[in-house]
Amino acid sequence: MSAPAMKTPVLDMRAISVTYGGRVPAVVGVDLKVRPGEIVGIIGESGSGKSTLAHSVLGLLPKAASLQGEHFDLAGTDMLSAGRGTLTALRGPAAAMIFQNPMTAFSPIHTIGRQLTELLWRDRDQATGQKRERIVAALRDVGIPDPIGKLEAYPFQLSGGMLQRVAIAAALLMKPQLLIADEPTTALDVTMEAQILHLMRTLRDTAGVAILIISHHLGVIAEICDRVAVMYAGRIVEEGTVETIFRQPGHPYTRALFACEPALIPTGARRLPVIAGEVPRPGGTGCDFAGRCLFCEERCLNCAPPWATAAADPSHHSRCHRSMS
Amino acid sequence: MTLFLLRRTALAAVILLIVAILLFSMMHMIPGDPTVVALGPRSTPEMREAFREMMGLDRPVLEQLSMFLGRLAQGDLGQDVWSRRPVLTMILEVLPYTVTLALASFVWAVALGVLLGCVAVVHHGKWGDWLIGLVSIAFVAVPSFVVALYSLLVFAVWLNWLPAIGAGAPGDIAAQARALILPSFAVGLGWVGYVSRLVRAAMIEAMGEDYVRTLRAYGVAETRIVYRYALKQALLAILSVIAIGFGGLLTGSVFAEIVFTRPGLGKMTYDAVMSRNYPLVMGTVLVTSGLYVTCMILADAVTAWLDPRVRSAL
Repeated sequence: MSAPAMKTPVLDMRAISVTYGGRVPAVVGVDLKVRPGEIVGIIGESGSGKSTLAHSVLGLLPKAASLQGEHFDLAGTDMLSAGRGTLTALRGPAAAMIFQNPMTAFSPIHTIGRQLTELLWRDRDQATGQKRERIVAALRDVGIPDPIGKLEAYPFQLSGGMLQRVAIAAALLMKPQLLIADEPTTALDVTMEAQILHLMRTLRDTAGVAILIISHHLGVIAEICDRVAVMYAGRIVEEGTVETIFRQPGHPYTRALFACEPALIPTGARRLPVIAGEVPRPGGTGCDFAGRCLFCEERCLNCAPPWATAAADPSHHSRCHRSMS
Repeated sequence: MTLFLLRRTALAAVILLIVAILLFSMMHMIPGDPTVVALGPRSTPEMREAFREMMGLDRPVLEQLSMFLGRLAQGDLGQDVWSRRPVLTMILEVLPYTVTLALASFVWAVALGVLLGCVAVVHHGKWGDWLIGLVSIAFVAVPSFVVALYSLLVFAVWLNWLPAIGAGAPGDIAAQARALILPSFAVGLGWVGYVSRLVRAAMIEAMGEDYVRTLRAYGVAETRIVYRYALKQALLAILSVIAIGFGGLLTGSVFAEIVFTRPGLGKMTYDAVMSRNYPLVMGTVLVTSGLYVTCMILADAVTAWLDPRVRSAL
């Protein structure tokens, strides 16, 4: 993965924070880079700020949310100063998004063809027939049988897996530089999940699309990602290549997360392992994970751990006092 | 679709049958001798006897009921007590006035209501939304006869633009249309507020749907999302409520009919009740129920036609 490391990032976030209603922080000081052709995964529990982070990339946060930070660059455009017009221009060509629940991602009372045509609103000069052909080609590319017939179909007539393919086809039509996938396979069964992941990898390999994938499913992340960021209480607590994170996790939270992965639990275990307690509100003193950490020390409670780079591997970072010593 | 309509029509027939039986029972539950109630305390025993015979009141109750229903099935709603004219003929004479007034009021209510509702949603949370909310509630709160009187004063008396009373001469469509403007406005205005609140609520719900987020994520313009997508969903959601409203408009225009001296079903029902003209009361109430039920069937059919999920399930 040395080639993508050289290119200018599609997404470059530095010290980005998102706060709801001026009081409740959801994302705290996140640094994240995604380069062309790279698949980056974000894992974490519910409430860790993954989805807020994903939505902030396209400016899709609710009105009550406010975004601050040092630097936020999407496809060469400064997002911190971007107005509505700039955001509209970026949505689609710069970054497209696939959502968690494909069953509700399309209007139930409009046909698939009509909705996909709507997304091609930028190509005003193009004839309807030409748009139709492009849509049919995209639907065929994502492996939808009878794509012409599907144009007249309504979302409720298709399965969840088929609809998620339609969503990917929509993203394909845009040729975005970055594809954001927020829990793209959570609502699907296992075989569909494998097919969707395969499709996303193909998208990266053929079109060079950068992909940011949000999931709490470790298997999905291990399967598809090059690099992984672990989020906890609004912060990225560990980041590295997928091999490093899965083989030598440095942060106790990452390790605890792996311990809870059902596929990794030894058969015959009497009780399922859990991480005791719940995600605290971000922004306390000390380490956010201290209250639930098995290795908690005095300094963890009083002093927030810095973002440190592992001596052996410059691409492996973590936010833990112990991993530095 | 045909089966669906047949089922609904059968259900409607059952409802109307129940209404007819209830009306019939009501006649018999009125305290005292119905002939005295109808003819007044100063009627002679001979008059009462003749009336009893004419109305079939001297027969057993169940026989009366079956006769009543049998006549209904043939479309015979009985005779007016005073004029001896067939009730059905009298109703059919005024029905066109009532239906045109209801339709015109409905056009006001839906056109203005949907417009205001959409504007409120586009300005959601800002002063425009707040102002429209206030105006809508005011429209709902002001009784239609007050609107009727004031619009009469302004447009008919002061400005002399529109006729004050009557429904226009028969056959003169232009005059009839002019005579329709003020009453329909007065009746429709209360519904404008109601419809705008409904549209606003349904649209806000629609705008929170996931597919709206998808459209936004592809940079589709907000006005397009509002008018092309959310509005269709919102209208589908409120269609049945609007249909009930239309049913109400068909029957609840008594004030407008009195203020503007228009013939109509509402005024006829009112007059029939005041003069204890029971066959006419039963006739108008039955026809009103029939219109109401027809509105419901139509609303269901339109919903089914517009909503692909319902359409395919039929």
